[in-house]
Amino acid sequence: MNAVSARQRGRAALLIAPLVIFLGVFFLWPLWLMVDVSIRNDAIGGAFPRTAELIGSWDGEAMPDAEIQAALVEDLRETPQSTLGAAVRTLNSQVSGFRTLMGRTANAARDLEDGQTLDLVEVDDRWAEPRFWQAIQTSVAPYTDRNLLAALDLERSDTGEIERMAASASANRLIIWRTFAIAGSVTVLCALIGLPYAMLAASVTGWKRNALLLAVLLPLWTSLLVRTAAWFILLQNEGIINKTLIGLGWIDGPLPLIFNRLGVVIAMTHVLLPFMVLPIFSVVSAIPKNLMPAAASLGARPLRAFWRVLLPLSMPGLLAGSLLVFMVAIGYYITPALVGGPNDQMISSVIAFYALQTANWGMAGALGILLLAVTTVLYLVYGRLSRGGAPTGA
Amino acid sequence: MTAFIELRGVSKTFGQVTVVEGLNLEVRKGEFLSLLGPSGSGKTTILMMLAGFEGATSGDILLDGEKIDHLPPYRRGMGVVFQNYALFPHMSVAENVAFPLEMRGVPKSETRPRVKAALDRVQLGHLADRRPDQLSGGQQQRVALTRALVYEPKVILMDEPLGALDKKLREEMQLEIRELHRRLGLTIIFVTHDQSEALTMSDRIAIFDAGKIAQIGTAGEVYDHPHNRFVAEFIGETNLLDGVVKGPAAVELTNGATIVAPDHGYAAGSRVSVSIRPERLRLDGNGDNRLQATISDVVYQGDHLRLHLDAGALSLVARLERGAAERRTGESVTVSFAAADCSVFAA
Ligand SMILES: Nc1ncnc2c1ncn2[C@@H]1O[C@H](COP(=O)(O)OP(=O)(O)O)[C@@H](O)[C@H]1O
Ligand SMILES: [Mg+2]
Repeated sequence: MNAVSARQRGRAALLIAPLVIFLGVFFLWPLWLMVDVSIRNDAIGGAFPRTAELIGSWDGEAMPDAEIQAALVEDLRETPQSTLGAAVRTLNSQVSGFRTLMGRTANAARDLEDGQTLDLVEVDDRWAEPRFWQAIQTSVAPYTDRNLLAALDLERSDTGEIERMAASASANRLIIWRTFAIAGSVTVLCALIGLPYAMLAASVTGWKRNALLLAVLLPLWTSLLVRTAAWFILLQNEGIINKTLIGLGWIDGPLPLIFNRLGVVIAMTHVLLPFMVLPIFSVVSAIPKNLMPAAASLGARPLRAFWRVLLPLSMPGLLAGSLLVFMVAIGYYITPALVGGPNDQMISSVIAFYALQTANWGMAGALGILLLAVTTVLYLVYGRLSRGGAPTGA
Repeated sequence: MTAFIELRGVSKTFGQVTVVEGLNLEVRKGEFLSLLGPSGSGKTTILMMLAGFEGATSGDILLDGEKIDHLPPYRRGMGVVFQNYALFPHMSVAENVAFPLEMRGVPKSETRPRVKAALDRVQLGHLADRRPDQLSGGQQQRVALTRALVYEPKVILMDEPLGALDKKLREEMQLEIRELHRRLGLTIIFVTHDQSEALTMSDRIAIFDAGKIAQIGTAGEVYDHPHNRFVAEFIGETNLLDGVVKGPAAVELTNGATIVAPDHGYAAGSRVSVSIRPERLRLDGNGDNRLQATISDVVYQGDHLRLHLDAGALSLVARLERGAAERRTGESVTVSFAAADCSVFAA
């Protein structure tokens, strides 16, 4: 009996193995790489390998002992200039003064003859101050939260406390809020259009229903780039909308519809509408057809029947649709890039900036994790809400 | 008869299809009327027109002498119990029952005791906080009924409300609904395709055939004196004997025998069918009419016997009480029946 069930279990495991491997290779592993790259910290540890090994045991009080000092000197002698330069720049961004300090010390170390030891305080008396050593100690740690904090415009002070960056230093928070604002407006707009649309589609039958659903699905089968480009053509100053309005004499000059927030929200709403309509439609069409007549026979006017019966029963669909739209929207990149202005770029474009233009994979990864975290939290919230017994109307 | 609900020449067509045709129907106050008919005969459509969900294509619907055709469903004040209950799945039992009161602006302080009393009356007080999907079919049925009754509507319309219940529960609910009807003096229009349900419950039964009333009357009238072949066959079991009219009260059957039937008004020479119920056939020789027959089969049915009889070109079925003399297959017998038990109609 046991042998049989063990074999069955083995066979079952074999059957799902391709799925597990696929998920591992194409989902979990890249995810881990993203996390890893955002918290790994080998720029400084790599430049000071010997120091990194020893300084962990330093108590942070008085000047480190001779062994650690010798390791630092050895690192300064051995590490190539370019590697060292990058590490020192990073250190200098944390504690100013490192650049001159390291420059002077490295010169002295290189001039040193074999067998001699270098008295660091003699080279520069700042070595007597623990804060420089502390900076090295924290910076050579293999992992850092620097990128994650920077993604939220936070940093660590000299003493290690988390504090806000200077307002001029970074704009991530602004962009995060902007991302939420755009995704939020798109979600609300999609809900306002999608709910009545889905209800209409669910209430008719035959070719009318098919036509309504096709109208939503058709854009979904078209490339995102094509759809966005279409809006680009429609919305521009010489585009159809402005030409028509001017032609009708309703406006004198073209309305600013493109390269601003309005254009981004219009285009994204159109692109994301199917994600709102389809979940609502599937929920609403599963609501028994006799509930609204029942409400009417019990004395409910159409609006009250809608409010007390149809809307509450549609909520799971509305919730699922809103969540879907919001989650997809916060990751949008192409649409804001094409029809938005400089002040409409969302978090993905910042990620693209770090990844493609500055090769700062750490920051790109940290912002990616931020997106992932927001999405996960939303998903958990949704799970909690829908487990709370929201009926599907079946 | 003063009509409380009246349908005058009501027709309903969907596209090309006429579902209800020239319907005239009067329902008295406090009456229990069943609409009985096969599936697709238009019963639900009639109910939906009464409730206001469908407009009549032509004709008038009157309630208490006033036309209500123009009133929307929520102004008609008719309680409707739907085929599969139509309870609101997102509301508790108590909220479901409170719904019609809430819609009528009854204050909360008054709603609560009324809902509680209504639920207690059907022994569901302890389930007030459950959701409908946590109840059994019978309990859901009672909630639907309570919800339709709680605001004391003038008329209750029920569309096959017991169709989804098993036999035992269905019979229990039939008695419960009859009891409610009597106690509250309700006017009930009850749709069913189950003839025994209609016979059990109704003051009168309207039997529908393809959107028209085939016959309307008390259970006894439609059972004992069917007006046409459709009713005779639809209600209960019957023997249909084809024949030709010979005189004001005489019919010659296809096996050559001539029988006496009640005065039927058909001219001599017309082809007619005579209907006689199996339990009206006797083997003791009493009755106005006699036929010679052979027993071709005897079927024991617990409380009674069914005899299959051959009388020349005619086949008959007789139902005999147990305890009568033993009968055997192949035996020759004289079948007799009273003229008054026959119904005659055009073949
Ligand atoms: N909304 C409708 N559109 C078209 N045909 C309908 C509609 N409602 C009912 N019918 C048709 O009318 C006929 C009678 O239906 P119904 O009143 O439901 O019968 P019953 O309740 O006696 O079974 C059926 O043939 C049905 O197909
Ligand atoms: Mg029906």
